[in-house]
Amino acid sequence: MWYNRDVITILDFSREELEEVFETADDMLKYSHSRLDILKGKVMALAFFEPSTRTRLSFETAMIRLGGDVIGFSEVSTTSIAKGETLADTIRMLDSYADIIVIRHSIEGAAKFAAEIAESPVINAGDGTRHHPTQAMIDLYTIRRNFEDIDGLTIGVLGDLKYGRAATSFIYGVSLYNIKKLYLISPPLLSTRKEVRDHLKLRGIAFEEVERLDDVIEELDVLYVTRIQRERFPDPAEYEKVRGSYRVTPESLKKVKRDLIILHPLPRVDELHHEVDRTKHAKYFEQARYGVPVRMALLKLILAGDRV
Amino acid sequence: MRKPNKEELIVRKIKDGTVIDHIPAGHALYVLKILGITGREGFRVAIVMNVDSKKLGKKDIVKIEGMELKKEDVDKIALIAPTATINIIKDYLVVSKSKVQVPNRIRGLLTCINPRCITNQPREPVIPEFRTMSLNPLILRCEYCGCTMGHDEIIRQLVKE
Ligand SMILES: [Zn+2]
Repeated sequence: MWYNRDVITILDFSREELEEVFETADDMLKYSHSRLDILKGKVMALAFFEPSTRTRLSFETAMIRLGGDVIGFSEVSTTSIAKGETLADTIRMLDSYADIIVIRHSIEGAAKFAAEIAESPVINAGDGTRHHPTQAMIDLYTIRRNFEDIDGLTIGVLGDLKYGRAATSFIYGVSLYNIKKLYLISPPLLSTRKEVRDHLKLRGIAFEEVERLDDVIEELDVLYVTRIQRERFPDPAEYEKVRGSYRVTPESLKKVKRDLIILHPLPRVDELHHEVDRTKHAKYFEQARYGVPVRMALLKLILAGDRV
Repeated sequence: MRKPNKEELIVRKIKDGTVIDHIPAGHALYVLKILGITGREGFRVAIVMNVDSKKLGKKDIVKIEGMELKKEDVDKIALIAPTATINIIKDYLVVSKSKVQVPNRIRGLLTCINPRCITNQPREPVIPEFRTMSLNPLILRCEYCGCTMGHDEIIRQLVKE
């Protein structure tokens, strides 16, 4: 099912296919501090046109733990791209060296384009403000580890829903399940793009756009927090006015459900108060830990298939 | 002198050519523009605008004598006037009548509205491609970045206003 496939958006996959990744990730958890040789002799190329620490290191770790090797670059200033090489030519080069390419780019649709050019499978590690499918898989996996079922949950997504690719991919991801309700919590300036709302309507997802976390927090089983960047606001005063409403503090958790889990793709700034870390709701460090086993599962399924 | 009936007043019959009927009212000039017809080509052209239509309320009609349409022309007409029908006339008779069809996928005719889209990067060898999401209203979605484009923008690009 997964052998040799590209991973461009979370919407390319069915629940059954995601379940296969999650089950494989359950297995991989046992090996996330040892070394297997499932992918011995395979090479993964990292094409990070945009800097990233977590995503890049967790892909790298995943490949190393599976016995494979890693090549690539994590900034463009020292590469031939800086000299004006096209994305197409860079991908052709990496394709001739590697068995799989992981790409992050600020241009939207870059990963899909790379996948059309490369013969090796391509994994999108973030393209502009659009997709970050492996992050969404980690997010869904974290929910699945904490609840028996994703179906039936009430989920809130908080922050920059317009430009945030992790938030968008997470919204697409939960749209594959029969959730009870989805709350999209953001200032109007940063609300979900129309194409995303259209998608939710088409899928028949019960969703509501709200401006205040306080109004809905009691109902939530899952709260997905993302960062609101000051630079998104044309008027800094406007940012100062709204930022408080999108911060999660111990006070905002007073009336929440006992089993509420809070997720965040990290890194965070001040949208999640550090005192929240000590509550039983905080699952974002656990979520971050799943980055390696979920990516190990993906790499294994794509490069080695179902065979052990 | 016999008074011409209403039909004749609007539509003088053509011998050989194409009649594009059921164009949404006010869109006939766009249809001519995307077909590259300026009136200086020499063939007879009749434009009828804002006539009553059972289906559309009001509609436009374009008749072009001596011209047959290519597949790409028909695709463009579909994007401008999704309700249009195309009648091929041979020797004063309608020999074929068909509704235009908006293609499921549109490659190359349009450009994505998102400047951050890979299809708008000048040196990359990539052809813009769109998928039709809805016909009424007409909405196309970029296959690369997911941005959607409405009918007004599609018309604006095709007629290069
Ligand atoms: Zn686009």
